[in-house]
Amino acid sequence: MSTRIPVVEKVLSANDSVAAAIRALLDERGIYAINLMASPGAGKTSLIERTVAALKQEYGIGMINGDTSEAAFDAERSQRAGAHSVHVNTGGKCHLEAAMIRDALALLPLGEIRLLIIENVGNLVCPSSWQLGAHASVLIGSIPEGDDKPYKYPKMYSGVDALVINKIDLLPYVEFDMVRFRRGVETLNPGLVSFALSCRTGEGLEAWLGWLRSKLA
Amino acid sequence: MHELSITEAILEVVLKHAAGARVTAVHLTVGELSSFVDESIELFWSELARGTGAEGAALHFRNLPGTLRCLECEREFPIGSPDFRCPQCGSTQAVPHGGRDCFVESIEIESPEEVPRA
Repeated sequence: MSTRIPVVEKVLSANDSVAAAIRALLDERGIYAINLMASPGAGKTSLIERTVAALKQEYGIGMINGDTSEAAFDAERSQRAGAHSVHVNTGGKCHLEAAMIRDALALLPLGEIRLLIIENVGNLVCPSSWQLGAHASVLIGSIPEGDDKPYKYPKMYSGVDALVINKIDLLPYVEFDMVRFRRGVETLNPGLVSFALSCRTGEGLEAWLGWLRSKLA
Repeated sequence: MHELSITEAILEVVLKHAAGARVTAVHLTVGELSSFVDESIELFWSELARGTGAEGAALHFRNLPGTLRCLECEREFPIGSPDFRCPQCGSTQAVPHGGRDCFVESIEIESPEEVPRA
């Protein structure tokens, strides 16, 4: 004989509990954290370099760079830019999990950090499922990826708190219908705050930095 | 590769609720937008559950489609609809509706031997 027991528990509830504990720790230490997500090549590390260069005089910045290998290029780039940085090797996993962040935080000088940037693994699917305890999830979409991305990755676009549209300097050279792109975003995430910018030319960066400063003030 | 993580999480939830009892079946609800693939979960399950109280437990999947709800006519329609256009009224004003999450709905455990009443 077998007995059926109702469970009705979200599979990722354990991860969500760790994320909640991380949020509490960050709040206690006065740290504002963003979870930066994007496809590979959208410009996560470039945006981080720009952001760290602009804000490091005003705020201590910490970085957690998630990667699927030991190759710590991104962490090194963040370090050179002037951030306290920890490289997390996900061991092939396509996303960061809350427990990885908890362990990485133990390696950072939290007392010297006001802004924590978590660079997730480059991927538009998996990272959206794992809460990390950050205050804001920020997605970078970039012009060469195409205007269809909100339609193809609805979960990612619907779950974020801010959107950076990078590489706008390429608009003259790439077929990209901004109206179609924004309509998809608006359907999935009404009123989402967004910043169209170019990490290469610097155009539009001030609005992004202003938004971050408003969170840190 | 994210099914490895999600299957570890499923096993954790299952063993917690089984509280030491032998698990014979697990009923899962998998939303399309959670982007977890049944076959991959099955594959990792047989490996991960080995040696635990859930070894050999059958997985049953209930798949929920990812949907949008039209803000004009209230119709629920597949999120794969081109340009998020409502197939009923043609509006592109819609909001995400169903199929986001992945739940363990229930588990089946072996009942202890019935003790004859005195």
